[in-house]
Amino acid sequence: MTELSAIELEDVVKEYHSHGEVVQAVKGVTLDIPEGEFFSLLGPSGCGKTTTMRMIAGFEAPSKGLVRLLGQDVTNVPPNKRDVNMVFQSYALFPHMSVWDNVAFGLKQRKTPQEEVKRRVGEMLEIVDLAGREKRMPRQMSGGQQQRVALARALVNRPRALLLDEPLGALDLKLRQAMQIELKRIQREVGITFVYVTHDQSEALTMSDRIAVMNDGLVEQLGGPHEIYERPATAFVAGFIGTSNLLTGAATGGELKIAGGRVLVPGHDGEVTVTVRPEKITIGTEEPARESSAVRGTVAEVVYLGTYNSYAVRLADGAEMTVFQQNAHDATATAERGDSVWLSWRAQHSYVIGS
Amino acid sequence: MRGARFGDRLLHLYTWLVIVWLSSPIAVMILFGFNDKRSKSNTTWQGFTLRWYGELFDIPDLTVALRNTLVIALVSTVITVVIGTMLGLALGRHRFRGKGVTNFLVFAAISTPELVMGASLLSLFVSGNVPRDANTIIVSHVLFSLSFVVVTVRARVVTLDPSLEEAARDLGATAWGTFRQVTLPAIMPGVLAGAMLSFALSVDDYVVTSFVNGSTVTFPLWIVGAVKTGIPAQVNVMGTLIFGIGVLIAIANAVATRRRT
Repeated sequence: MTELSAIELEDVVKEYHSHGEVVQAVKGVTLDIPEGEFFSLLGPSGCGKTTTMRMIAGFEAPSKGLVRLLGQDVTNVPPNKRDVNMVFQSYALFPHMSVWDNVAFGLKQRKTPQEEVKRRVGEMLEIVDLAGREKRMPRQMSGGQQQRVALARALVNRPRALLLDEPLGALDLKLRQAMQIELKRIQREVGITFVYVTHDQSEALTMSDRIAVMNDGLVEQLGGPHEIYERPATAFVAGFIGTSNLLTGAATGGELKIAGGRVLVPGHDGEVTVTVRPEKITIGTEEPARESSAVRGTVAEVVYLGTYNSYAVRLADGAEMTVFQQNAHDATATAERGDSVWLSWRAQHSYVIGS
Repeated sequence: MRGARFGDRLLHLYTWLVIVWLSSPIAVMILFGFNDKRSKSNTTWQGFTLRWYGELFDIPDLTVALRNTLVIALVSTVITVVIGTMLGLALGRHRFRGKGVTNFLVFAAISTPELVMGASLLSLFVSGNVPRDANTIIVSHVLFSLSFVVVTVRARVVTLDPSLEEAARDLGATAWGTFRQVTLPAIMPGVLAGAMLSFALSVDDYVVTSFVNGSTVTFPLWIVGAVKTGIPAQVNVMGTLIFGIGVLIAIANAVATRRRT
């Protein structure tokens, strides 16, 4: 892989004026996406991820900052002259054109010779598994097929980057999971940079090489799926990616005293916020050994979720902690509602946010 | 069960009554185009003939009036469709200063009585020293048809996914290319419906035209003038032909729309 950046954003800001007020949708985002990467913009609705993508595509002009594609400044280049293509959330297939004409649209705009159009559209339909359906109209196809037409229509132009705006949002769960694997396969096959916008953290974790977690117009954390999940940079990231238990307080001598127990935070002193993933916690009735973090509580709720049980445990100070326990051996719960239990976890599973 | 069947029959009967009621004037018009009449008036059936089809253009003034009407309808429809489509697109798609006023004016133009519109247009032309002829008729027809095209196009535009145009731009189409290849085909049913309305309104307009025609005579004006002396059967034949073409266009539009959406 080359070291060339496919996409660079330099302190990009997007402001809107509404009712005499200035609203900042994007408050200064800097990104550097290398060629061939599967990059995700992840965040809740209204976090600025779609606006950021639309600035890369050229549908929105940044109020401040620069957008570069392969080192070239394209901040003021219109979308039809940018070498990136987009897959829209609604697919935006042209309803009056057949599958073939939809896919060939981009090549025709570029006045590509007819022979080449024929060859490339054919190849592309092969890749997305739609060969033989060239004459179909979009409305005659299922959601999953329309999705692949949209993908083919963008990829056939061999863009420097493909932008995908929540492309799986309209599909049902099974199809969505199948398309996730399919997207990843296609990305490896064509070797194009993918920028993927989603609010679905599991989707981002499954497919991405790197993820930018966005909140309120800013990037909260940038990193690989493992890093973002295991070492969240902020309380927002810890809460948004998966489920997290947040514990705060003043630590002394590497130990944080909380109501009904202790949290080991080796090497930390003073005010800390600690996050513990629910699947790292063991639930039991006996007091754990000294070298673990441990806290007493009462089971407030047990939810059976098939592959695991989810416990809500209320601590002495009223705070609740979530614990997942896998149903590895039998389906009976270790504890029931109202039981008094001990929660424990290893010192390395207390992650101090911001460290 | 019995009650439901009775209700169904009643609905059938009612439906046919409405159809007969709506089409009987047209049927009478077509029928009397074949009337072998001897007198000046064409109100009693006197036998079948194809004579009037053969002598269709034998009344020079009527032929001129028909030609005037068709030319005026065609020209005013083209102008109306171009302006109306642009207006409909703007009102359906964009937010701009004066949008509310424009929407109101579109509605006002539909709801203004023709008599008022005709009288005020005449005083406008007179005070502006504009000679009344086919051109003033065309201007007036554009004026009252415009709103109908705007309304049908706007209705289509608001249902249009805005990302369709963005997708076209994204795939390398210019602004004009996007309009020609994506926007226009998508709103075509609305444009065609507006065009047909506009043409139909122009062909049979009497009230407004009678104010602004000057010495130009159109088909409806000629017919009204002939009422006192008796309407020749050629009028029925011309009406039948215009109606026939209208039906063909409507069928073609319905077929095209079904194939497209």
